[in-house]
Order: sequence, then structure tokens, then C-alpha cells
Amino acid sequence: MNGSDAAVRTEMGPVSEEPKSLGRTWRLSGDFFFHKAAVLGAFIAAAALFATVIAIAYDSRLSIQTFGIWKFLKSSDWDPVTQTFGSFPFIVGTLVSSTIAMVLGVPISFGIAVFIAEIAPAWIKRPVAGAIELLAAIPSIVYGLWGLLVFAPVFAKAEPWINNNIGAIPGIGLLFQGPPMGIGMLTAGIVLAIMVLPYISSIMRDVFMVVPSSLRESAYAMGATTWEVAWDIILPYTRSAVIGGIFLGLGRALGETMAVTFVIGNSNVLSTSLLMPGASIPSVLANEFTEATTPLYVSSLIYLGLILIAVTLVVRFLAVLLIRRLGRKEGAKT
Amino acid sequence: MTSLVARRRIVDVASKILMGAATAIGVFFLFWIIWTTAVNGISGMHWDLFTKDTPPPGINGYGLRNAFVGSLILLSLSMLIGVPIGVMGGTWLAEYGFHSRIANIVRFLNDIMLSAPSIEIGLFAYAIVVAPMGHFSAFAGSVALSVLMIPIIVRTTDEMLSLVGGDMREAAIALGAPKWVVITKVTWKAARPGILTGILIGLARITGETAPLLFTALNNQFFSADLFHPMANIPVVIFQFALSPYANWQQMAWAAAFITVMFVLVLSLVARWFLGRVQVPK
Repeated sequence: MNGSDAAVRTEMGPVSEEPKSLGRTWRLSGDFFFHKAAVLGAFIAAAALFATVIAIAYDSRLSIQTFGIWKFLKSSDWDPVTQTFGSFPFIVGTLVSSTIAMVLGVPISFGIAVFIAEIAPAWIKRPVAGAIELLAAIPSIVYGLWGLLVFAPVFAKAEPWINNNIGAIPGIGLLFQGPPMGIGMLTAGIVLAIMVLPYISSIMRDVFMVVPSSLRESAYAMGATTWEVAWDIILPYTRSAVIGGIFLGLGRALGETMAVTFVIGNSNVLSTSLLMPGASIPSVLANEFTEATTPLYVSSLIYLGLILIAVTLVVRFLAVLLIRRLGRKEGAKT
Repeated sequence: MTSLVARRRIVDVASKILMGAATAIGVFFLFWIIWTTAVNGISGMHWDLFTKDTPPPGINGYGLRNAFVGSLILLSLSMLIGVPIGVMGGTWLAEYGFHSRIANIVRFLNDIMLSAPSIEIGLFAYAIVVAPMGHFSAFAGSVALSVLMIPIIVRTTDEMLSLVGGDMREAAIALGAPKWVVITKVTWKAARPGILTGILIGLARITGETAPLLFTALNNQFFSADLFHPMANIPVVIFQFALSPYANWQQMAWAAAFITVMFVLVLSLVARWFLGRVQVPK
């Protein structure tokens, strides 16, 4: 007995005054089993996270024993023939493609969120918000298919221009030189940016909507423009949740597998240019897992997965924490 | 003074245009992706897709029957595992845990799982099912997919049950109904459209999932309904066929992608329709 049930029962009078019948034991055992089933469901939901980390750490033990931690992280050798494995190019590839996605995706998401929450007239709000949310419904394999067979050929036509213009700038120009293949790190980043739009913008939009209208309206009453309200009033108020939303998108980008595998080019060699092919942790897992023949090879791939989990777990942890902070602020006020 | 006003106005107009443009970019890509998938998918449609199995490499012909059946089996089994666990977990949170410390920890962990990359879940299912069994299997695939859908169902069930007003619960308790009858006959019923929304969103999420299946169900060129062996499925077929040099394979990948997108979009629309029927307490 716990919670409101017990409270209500005691208010109604002692439970023991109920007639003792067969029905009563049946009811109590029904309560007992239902409660246990609910506890089990909640336990599985909560334990899944720990189980995932433990199972993956356990399966990468062979590789951890062989290569250690530091050596595996900094080594660039990935050679199934000689059975030497290192994760450096894949870690860099994962971070670089996700960074591109964030640089492109965050401003666009912010624009979408402000447009929907503040600028758009009511009749356009719902269809536009729905369309952006549909981007999240498209399976990542379809993004990959479209990225490889439709977007990459189009992008390849733009690459000579990037080469000649951005590539000519001293310094950062180095990042934008290379043959126009259409696939590579930059393509992967662009496709990822499109994929994270719905996640980041919907969190931003939702938290923008909970900003008390008194704040917003007093700013407008002072003569603030829409942009000033968005940038100076709404954004500071929702800052923690906005950063949380960005982290949520980052977590998605870091772990995205299929779309990246299609367009990143799958080269295990690091390149200075973003136009050149590369590889990320998820893409090398998707490409090589079924071909991995030796236990050490499989274990090294799972070790890569462990590194990915460690990174995404921190990112997701921060994301959930930051998004909840705004909720608590709201809760404290009401 | 006037220059300041002018500057503020220019910034305001420019920012509005940029934000409109950002939205246009998002909508543009949505239509571009759906448009190309539809055009290529419809031109790749063929009756044989539904009646024949996938042809061997280099052989002309069409067929995806084994993959469609495999995907249906995988999705059904995942629902069979994931829906009861998810609904019971969400029920515990809303009806037993309330806002206790432990319930909030469960919610927090569940939220972290909610955004877990599917590839991690695939590795998890590999570690707990495939590695001990020694070979890939459809069952392992369903375990992975159900782990992906559970957090979604837990969260929606929790939220939707919390929306049910206390008066209904109290009325049922006053009639002498034990707690589990109150939950199954009153609160679940009142929250049914919301709980169904969660299940449909969960199903939509796992329908196109490919990465976890690469480590679990893998693929099968032939027709198989054996849960303990590799099974053909649409997402992995799209992956393998799209990267192949054969024209008929690529066409089939588009057709399969089109059908998957349509299925997911319909699920999302139905979910939204159910969500519209959720009664929010006044």
C-alpha cells in the first residue's frame, strides 16, 4: 500500500472492515502481481542503460587487454591483416563530421524555432512545424540513399567552386581543397545537419513557447523589435534548455550511422581536407562488422563502440540535465 | 536617434528574413528527399517485388518478398517484447512512483536511453544475444528494436497517464475497486489514445532502423521465418542494394525506401490523429 490509494482508503475508514470473501484475496493478489509487473517494466527501462554499457565493455575486453586505452586512442593503424587496431582516425572523423553538422545545423534550427514561435502567422505555424518534425520521421537509411545517389552528385558540381574560392583563402583554405567527388567529410556533415534540424529546433521551439508572456509582452511594450525580444529576452531565459537541445542534436550526430556510412567515403586514412573521404566510428562499425573474422578484430570494433558510448553518454547526460533545468525553474514558479 | 531606430529596424527585418530562410531550407530539404524517394520509388515499383524473393547478384529480376515478410516478423516480435514492458514501466512511473526520488531517477535514465544512438543498442543486442548463441538471428534483431522502442513508450505512457484527472481515479476507488482494476479499467482507458500514440511513435522509430540490424538479424537472400537464424529485412536490403553496382538492385532499394517512408509517414499521421484525441484536463 502506498501513495494516494492508501491515503484515500484510510480516509474512508479502516480497510479491515471490508467483508472477508474470496473476492478479497483475489483482488489483493491481483494488486500484488500487477504491481510487480509494473516494477519489472520500470526496472528494465532503467537498467537498459547500464546493461548496454556493461555488455559492450565486456565484449571489448580482448582489445582493451591487447592495446590498452591510451595506445588505442592515439594510434592511427587500422590493419586487419597485421591485426593492429587504433581508433584515432575514426574519433577525429566522428568529431569533425558532427562539428560541421552543429556549425550548420544550430543557427538554422534557431532560425526555424524563432520563426515558428515568434514570427510566423498562426495559419502557417502548424504546417511548417509539422513539416520540420517530419524530417525526424524519415529513416536514416533514406537520408543515406538520398545523400549518396541524389545529393552527392549535385554537391560534386559545387565542389570546384568551393575549391577555387574558399580553398584559395590562406589557412582555412587547406580544409577545402580536393577532387570534386561529392562524398566526404563535408557531405556527411551537411547531411547530418539536416538530420539534427528537427531535434534541435523542436526543443528550442517548445521552450520558447513556455517563456511567460508577461516577459515577452513587457519587452514589446517597451518598443523592442521581434529580434530583440528573441535574442535579449527569450534566449537568455531559455538558455540552459537551448544548450541542452543542442547537445541532444550533437548526441544524435555523433551516433548517426547509416546516413554517414553512405556519404562519408569510408577511408581509414586521415586527410586535412574536408572534401576528402573519411570515416567515423559508426561508419566503420557498419562497414566492417560483418566482415570481421578474428576475435580481436570484432573486439576492437566493439571497443570503438565503447568509446562512442562514453562520449555520447556524457553528451546525452548533459542534454537531459540542461533541458530539465528549465522545467524545474518553471515548476518552482507555479 | 533616427539612425539608431533605422539600425534596429534593419536588424529586425534582416533577422526575420534570415529566419524565414532557415525555415525554408528545412522545408526544402524535406520536400527534396520525399520527392526523389517518391519519383525513384514509384518508377521502381514492380509487382514481382511482393511475390518473388530477392534475386542473386547480377541476375535480372525483382523481388523483395522475403524482406517484407522478414521486416513484418521483426517488427511484430519487437512490439510483442517492447509494448508490455514499455506500458508497464510507464504505468509504474505514473501510478506508483509519482515524483519520488527513485521514479525521477528512472525517468532520467529513460530519457537518456530515449536519445541513444541505435548502433549502441545494436552492439548491446549483439553482446547479449548473438555472441552467446554464436550466430546472427532475427530474435536478436527484435531484442535490439524493442530496446529502442521501450523508452519512447515508457515516456508517453507516463505522461499520458499523468494527464488523467484524479477525480476519475478517486471515483473508482470509492466504488471499492482495487488499485490494479482502477488502473486497467479506468486510467488506461482514459489515456488510451495517448498510450497508442506512444506505441505508434515507437513503431515508426524502429521501422527504418538499419544499424542495429547489421549486428543482429543481418540479412538473408532467401525466404526464412526461422527466428533463430538470419532473416531478410527491408532496411538492410536497402543498405546492401543501394551500394551495389546493379541497376535492378538500386531500383529495388528506391522502391523499398519509398514504401518504408510511406509506412512511417502514415504511422506518424495516425499517431498525430490519436494525439489530437487526448483529453487535456481543464
